[in-house]
Amino acid sequence: MKFGVIVFPGSNCDHDAFFAISNNLGQKAEFIWHDSASLGDVDAVLLPGGFSYGDYLRCGAIAKFSPVMQAVKKFAADGGLVLGVCNGFQILVESGLLPGALIRNRDLKFICRDLRLTVGTTNSPFTNAATPGQELRLPIAHGEGCYVADERTLDELEAEDRVAFRYIDNANGSMRAIAGVLNRERNVMGLMPHPERRTEPLMGSTDGLLIFHSMLRAAVTA
Amino acid sequence: MNTTAFAPEIIAQHQLTPGEYQKVVEILGRDPSYTELGIFSVMWSEHCSYKSSRIHLKKLPTRGKLVVCGPGENAGIIDIGGGYVIAFKIESHNHPSFIEPFQGAATGVGGILRDIFTMGARPIAVMDALRFGRLDDPDTGARNRRILSGVVSGIAHYGNCFGVPTVGGETVFESCYDGNPLVNVFALGVCRAEDVFYAKAAGVGNPVIYVGARTGRDGIHGASMASAEFTEESKQKRPNVQMGDPFMEKLLLEACIEAMKTGAIVGIQDMGAAGLTCSTCEMGSRGEVGIEIELDRVPQRETGMTPYEIMLSESQERMLLVADKGREDEVFRVFKKWGLEAAEIGVVTNDGKLRVRHHGEIVAEIPNRELADEAPLYDRPHTAPPRAPALPVARRKPVNVQEALPRLMAAPDICSKRWIWEQYDFQVRTNTLTVPEQTDAAIVRVKETGASIAMSLDGNQRYSYLSPREGARLIVAECCRNLSVVGAKPVAATNNLNFGNPERPEIMAQLVESIEGMAEACRFFETPITGGNVSLYNETLGEGIYPTPVMGMVGLMQTAAPVTVPFKAVGRSVVLLGGPGNCDETRFGGTQYAKEIDRQLWGLPPLLDMAREKRVQEAVREIVQEGLAESVHDLSDGGLAVALAECCLGPQGIGVMVDIHSHLRPDLLCFHEGPSRIVLSTMNAARVAEIAAKHQVDAPVIGSTIKKGLEIRQRGLTLGSWEMEPLRTAHGEALEAYVR
Repeated sequence: MKFGVIVFPGSNCDHDAFFAISNNLGQKAEFIWHDSASLGDVDAVLLPGGFSYGDYLRCGAIAKFSPVMQAVKKFAADGGLVLGVCNGFQILVESGLLPGALIRNRDLKFICRDLRLTVGTTNSPFTNAATPGQELRLPIAHGEGCYVADERTLDELEAEDRVAFRYIDNANGSMRAIAGVLNRERNVMGLMPHPERRTEPLMGSTDGLLIFHSMLRAAVTA
Repeated sequence: MNTTAFAPEIIAQHQLTPGEYQKVVEILGRDPSYTELGIFSVMWSEHCSYKSSRIHLKKLPTRGKLVVCGPGENAGIIDIGGGYVIAFKIESHNHPSFIEPFQGAATGVGGILRDIFTMGARPIAVMDALRFGRLDDPDTGARNRRILSGVVSGIAHYGNCFGVPTVGGETVFESCYDGNPLVNVFALGVCRAEDVFYAKAAGVGNPVIYVGARTGRDGIHGASMASAEFTEESKQKRPNVQMGDPFMEKLLLEACIEAMKTGAIVGIQDMGAAGLTCSTCEMGSRGEVGIEIELDRVPQRETGMTPYEIMLSESQERMLLVADKGREDEVFRVFKKWGLEAAEIGVVTNDGKLRVRHHGEIVAEIPNRELADEAPLYDRPHTAPPRAPALPVARRKPVNVQEALPRLMAAPDICSKRWIWEQYDFQVRTNTLTVPEQTDAAIVRVKETGASIAMSLDGNQRYSYLSPREGARLIVAECCRNLSVVGAKPVAATNNLNFGNPERPEIMAQLVESIEGMAEACRFFETPITGGNVSLYNETLGEGIYPTPVMGMVGLMQTAAPVTVPFKAVGRSVVLLGGPGNCDETRFGGTQYAKEIDRQLWGLPPLLDMAREKRVQEAVREIVQEGLAESVHDLSDGGLAVALAECCLGPQGIGVMVDIHSHLRPDLLCFHEGPSRIVLSTMNAARVAEIAAKHQVDAPVIGSTIKKGLEIRQRGLTLGSWEMEPLRTAHGEALEAYVR
């Protein structure tokens, strides 16, 4: 399976994602520059963490205008798997590929901490390798990861089983403890915690591999 | 060129003495222009020229088997094997952080990161040594808390956005920093040995290229500001503090590393203190060539800037490089890709002069070598450092061990700094193998080689005040011990010397003795100093800081999961490597106990026997490398009792019961800070004892781990027994309570 890792100016978890995929997952990875109008022959796209375009204006607000995001939108519309982590999640929300918004953490400070999460649904290409309600431990590292949406959207997300991950330790104050959400078609996921940072024992755990293994499984069965 | 004999008050404003001004005239063979006066003023400032410290810095050992590049470049370079090197250095940003904490600290991070990647190395770790005034002081507490919050946010903002993990450091509070906080930032980068770049101009006719942010009026005379004492007026110097843009710096990093790969770059230097002035004349001087630039071509943020302002601006995120003539386009193409401005502003010449033109007219023409290397050199008079009384002035009230430990665990210097380090992304780049406070040294792996770098940052201003010489030796020992405890071999160091006004002989004495003590210890432990920074005039309204040398040490080890501080399992033997040690009343005066419980400072720092220290370190390295230690922690602030309590704060809450065979008075036994001691837990006490014996080190088994709680006995008599939850809360939440 070949993952395209998008590189925006200011992305800084791009190398981490690349390393996790190529070294720890044993799959192919390729960097895709932000002004590229095409994604080439990748099977899945990963929008990494960082501070795209300096996160000026609002996190992810400038990235949505980049040429590569037009290609990502098309890729998603055609059913391709798109995973946005941290800043990548913020970009997906700003681009309208996912509902809601990510605002400043409840206590207004950047937080780097391991948090416990539960898998909200196993019915997705990002979580199909999990058992229902499985508990994971993944780190967050963000200043603006508090997930918010209007009540109707939140109800809809829950009704449609689109909350992919929930915090047990809700450090940033996210509504309904949402850590990750799916789009209606279930092929796009945004996640604030960093799965790529937990993909080998030396990193403390391999909990993050669950998401990548799920994507692999989805690609094989697709 | 408009040259003129300047009036004494103008010269004084530029912080040049009449003698120094005379030297300027001699070098030029005429009066200077206003721009030239400015250039000399910054290049010959204490900050840039080290004029008070240089003759003493020469005493430091700088060579070693692994040293590829010692002091004099932007950072020191060490060979880590496997074809790779690391570049690392520490730098202070004390004065700016007092005036504008957020930007001051942020640009401190930015400056040292540029020092690293200008050498071709990608930054992979940052640590900070921070010193603030008292948070609870009725008069200055509010300001000190504001400075703390601002500095931490500034470091977080810059490091997190840039994408470098902030992996460790230290934070200390002391009244002497009420009007003069210290922000010392250490950075470390890695690259292949053949990819190192030096800040040297070469090749007459080669183009001189400016890249990065535009030049504005910010930070003019920052270097001179950093070379003077603070007065009430200093608070008005906010415009002297630069503004940082970590996003721009991130682009600059990626673009520079990519441009270096083209092979078209001859030399490169960042524009830090003294900006364009420093980068042009230093690159020229190192390459023994001249550099001529035209200021009209310098990208400018504002209109109507004078040559003086352009040359002295300390706008951030700028680099100067010399490219191979004819290959400029390869360089320009890379910077364009990253959306950065790059402009050819001049050329390398053969006359050894820094020639600056503005609208075609020459506004400065100075011999590079004299400007960069012939700065005044002072052997300032030094007497003896101030001495504290040998014994406490006020009678010490006896406080029992039971009561003292919880107070110490919540003391500002000892309590958890989680509130600080959680604001830093300490994991980005997925190389960090440690979590702050879980190990005595931070460890970052190098993915390419299978080796890891352990790092420690330490200072102790109370020890250094009581004896600058012994204090400096203790810092070196502590740094080496922290690395040894995680199984790493210390190999090299960088130092940040923070002192008061060197024109006062007793302050100068502190500086001299510190350097000499550090030199002696670094020689003994074979850890050459490959670079560093001197920050003098840390005084506000005539009140100097305690002498505060800070050391950043690096060590090498095989990549492996680190052994951490907390106990892991019940029923393990707990060994006190090095034994309980010894201490008398005089040697107790610099401890955390003296500070927090007695509220006094007296006597001398703990006594260090360097030979014994080395043996203890060798023993612990061997024990850890053999995989015998399940947990390991050195004894430092707060002594034995605090170290044991810290080992009990793990997630499983495993406790310990110890019984110490010592005749020391209980408070001395539990809280003295004698060095060369390490507490570890093991399943194989016999093998640990064997290794200790081989190194002639005491290694009594003092107890064993238990399900929960901490109990300390002395010769069978219980000195104290604690449930961990209250201690955990006291230790974990104290800082946040202070900050609020």
